[in-house]
Amino acid sequence: MITLLLEYPFLSALLALGSLAAVFGAVLGFAAIKFKVEGDPLVAQIDELLPQTQCGQCGHPGCKPYAQAIAKGEPINKCPPGGHATINALASLLDVEAPPLDEEHGEESEVKTVAYIIEEDCIGCTKCIQACPIDAILGAAKQMHTVIVDECTGCDLCLDPCPVDCIEMIPLDHGVSGWKWDLPNPVQLIATDRKEPNPIQTENQDAENAA
Amino acid sequence: MRKIWDIPGGVHPAENKSQSNQRPIADIALPKEIVLPLNQHIGAEAIPCVNVGDHVLKGQRIAEAQGFVSAPIHASSSGEVIAIEDRAIPHPSGLSATSIVIALDGKDEWCELQTCEDYSEIKKHDLIQLIRNAGIAGMGGAGFPTSVKLSPRADHVIHTLILNGTECEPYITSDDVFMRESAEDIIAGALLLAQVLGNPETILIGIEDNKPEAIASMQKAAEGSRVEVVSFPTKYPSGGEKQLIQILTGEEVPSGKIPAELGIVLQNIATAAAAYRAIRFGEPLIKRITTVVGESLDVQQNINVLIGTPIAHVLAEHGFQVAQSARLIIGGPMMGHAMEHSDIPVIKTTNCILAPSHAEMPEQPQAQPCIRCGMCAEACPASLLPQQLFWFSQSEDVDKLHSHNLFDCIECGACSFVCPSNIPLVQYYRASKGMIRQHDSEKLKSDRSRERFEFRRERLDKAEAEKEAKRAARKKAAEAAKKKLAEKAAAGEEAPAPVAPKAKAKVIDPATQLKKIERAVSSAQSRVERATTQLNTAKEENEASRVESLEARLKQAELNLSDAKTKLAQHDSTAPVGDPAPAGTPDATSTAASVIKEKIAMSPRDKQEKTIATIKKRIATAEQKYAEAKESGSVTADALQNGIEKLKAKLTTAESELATLPSSETATAQSQPDATVSAADAAIAKAQAKAAELASMSDEEKAKAQIESLKSRLAKAKTRLEKAEAENNENVEAFRTGMEKLEQKLQEKLQEVNS
Repeated sequence: MITLLLEYPFLSALLALGSLAAVFGAVLGFAAIKFKVEGDPLVAQIDELLPQTQCGQCGHPGCKPYAQAIAKGEPINKCPPGGHATINALASLLDVEAPPLDEEHGEESEVKTVAYIIEEDCIGCTKCIQACPIDAILGAAKQMHTVIVDECTGCDLCLDPCPVDCIEMIPLDHGVSGWKWDLPNPVQLIATDRKEPNPIQTENQDAENAA
Repeated sequence: MRKIWDIPGGVHPAENKSQSNQRPIADIALPKEIVLPLNQHIGAEAIPCVNVGDHVLKGQRIAEAQGFVSAPIHASSSGEVIAIEDRAIPHPSGLSATSIVIALDGKDEWCELQTCEDYSEIKKHDLIQLIRNAGIAGMGGAGFPTSVKLSPRADHVIHTLILNGTECEPYITSDDVFMRESAEDIIAGALLLAQVLGNPETILIGIEDNKPEAIASMQKAAEGSRVEVVSFPTKYPSGGEKQLIQILTGEEVPSGKIPAELGIVLQNIATAAAAYRAIRFGEPLIKRITTVVGESLDVQQNINVLIGTPIAHVLAEHGFQVAQSARLIIGGPMMGHAMEHSDIPVIKTTNCILAPSHAEMPEQPQAQPCIRCGMCAEACPASLLPQQLFWFSQSEDVDKLHSHNLFDCIECGACSFVCPSNIPLVQYYRASKGMIRQHDSEKLKSDRSRERFEFRRERLDKAEAEKEAKRAARKKAAEAAKKKLAEKAAAGEEAPAPVAPKAKAKVIDPATQLKKIERAVSSAQSRVERATTQLNTAKEENEASRVESLEARLKQAELNLSDAKTKLAQHDSTAPVGDPAPAGTPDATSTAASVIKEKIAMSPRDKQEKTIATIKKRIATAEQKYAEAKESGSVTADALQNGIEKLKAKLTTAESELATLPSSETATAQSQPDATVSAADAAIAKAQAKAAELASMSDEEKAKAQIESLKSRLAKAKTRLEKAEAENNENVEAFRTGMEKLEQKLQEKLQEVNS
């Protein structure tokens, strides 16, 4: 055997490479089974960036289903509550161009709102409780309902089912503790950033026009 | 002489301390009312424990601390609580917050105070509780509840207590004059805090060397005690907590850690004195020393002011000239914040009220582009890179801001002070910190929402699976029942079979029966004939005895014959009638079975429709009968009429049931395929359709569409209301108000469009 290999070095090389390939193949195969990643990590990453309002404005019954859809290639601009910030984050994650928000699914709103149940008008029908995607409404049949403000995402899915129209969306007031400083007006970087026209240039233009 | 370390960076702004530190601490007249915000400290706001209209005494607790990081509030003078409402507070936001407003009676009457001459035996825990109950919060400016700082974790052994008398910010001299006038209280406070902290080896009082009078006075008071007064070169911002620790001990507090982790606790000198007075004399924190300074004031001095005193009152007492005032700043010129108006109270952290003139503090010139000179980096006491932070702050790059340690910035303003381009750097950092905090809290909330959403899904899936299992079980049972019924029906077809053979026997029988009867008749006839021949022979032979018996036999035979004959006749007449009857019986059973089958197969809606149809039919026949009865003047007419009415009532209930059926049916139908988010799905679909429509419309069209939808909702509400009224529903009122609200909304929208 050895003499045969010595006689034909080509064979020995083939044997060595073949055995190496077999060993590494086995190791890789084992690793693929042993360290298999559960679920789609990309979906989890996308889901992490979505605002989790579960409002369904994108046309999916919740943020995770939309994340799954995005992973399958759906446009990333269907989330009005997330707005441009979410689109930008998704774009940088997926390494695609950030498209403008698709207005078909709603407009981005500056003010965060929460649902508020006018309690004296509530008849206790539980319809809003069934509609709430995150169980943020508390109540029982024929008992007054109320919204847990801390949990409400402001998706307004409870508005429509209310038979007595006693739910309103009110802007969320954080009070003093939620207040934050605003960024100062941006510093002008170069002279051409100025809004007012350059006096010298306009003079020149005037002169040209006169000529 | 103790070794003194230096801090990186720092600046030397104009001190401007002599305007206010030349006079002794003054008192001012009592204001008419005091305003005590519920949150004058860092942490949870206090909860009021008095009601509007209550009379309160000076020093009485009027709001309780809520939670660990919190402090109670006490009335600063005696009077009546006239309101607990939102009032403007000295906060950079200019927002209002819940405050207790007390109209003072001018008597300034103290409540009973619990004094304690010797507190050396009181347990640590009780002392902390007493300090907490006195509402003491850091008086240097931050307002961190002192009791919290005095309760370090058990594994943090405190070896150094530092009292901060640095007061590095320009203009402010409240600590300076307080140290001159109340050195004994401060030293006593230092010893008290040391006792609470388990007697640390070192007790230091750090004072900048620009306050020689204060240093002298403190050193005199500290003589013979363990307290060491240390002075060090003046530099802004050496009064920062971490900076002062570094100056006095050479140790740097690591990023994100607190001094207690190094075994150091730092307190303001005024806080220490307040803690002492709280234990010794039972006085809660109801007043403080505040510097009132600025060229737009006639008098510039330090005052001993009641907490809650309106700043407008303080300014008026100092001859404030509005025309000269450039702005009103609460706190110092470096770290304070401007307020729009003076209708705000002095709170526990108000160490300075600065009312500069235009000449004294001209408007900040417009910011110029950053020239990357790097002076800010040299000035930064926290060794940060302000210039980099500025870029990342502008681009809102959260990751980069984190990696450049934005949160180590103490917002001292040294970078803005040195910036040759006048860029308000600190404002960028404040805004970015706020943005990151908001971002983080939103992240937290969205994580919770995700969890709740997923939990809800799981729960609904589980419920659905259970329902499905039940449904399957029911279906199985129904199938079994159906099968049974079918079997029964089949058996019914077979069951009449045993009847049928009989009937068939009857059917086939007529022939055999007839034959049988005919046979009987013929046999009876033959018997009669035999009897007559026998009788005749007996008569011929004159056998009298036999004749009689033969006659009887003949009679019997004749009777039998007639019987048989009638039977034959009867059979002839019944046979044609009996024929269809046996055929009918199995038919009836089979139709009944099929009817039942049909019923089972029917949906509830069809069933209901069918019942309605039958009821209608019954009504029709009953009416016919009634008309007939009326015509003939029968007594049953009334009863018939009654019956008709009853039937009609039944009809209406059946119909209303039918009306409700479709909705419930559709609901179940929806819950069947994808019940996980049934109601939500429906709403989503609707909302989506709406949004899609809205997107393609102009504003006018949008408004129109909204009006249309409102109208349709109104119509819906109306029908609902009518139904509720008809049913005498208890919620009629609610439905009505709902409808009215919708009407109002519609009106508003219409007006909007018209205008």
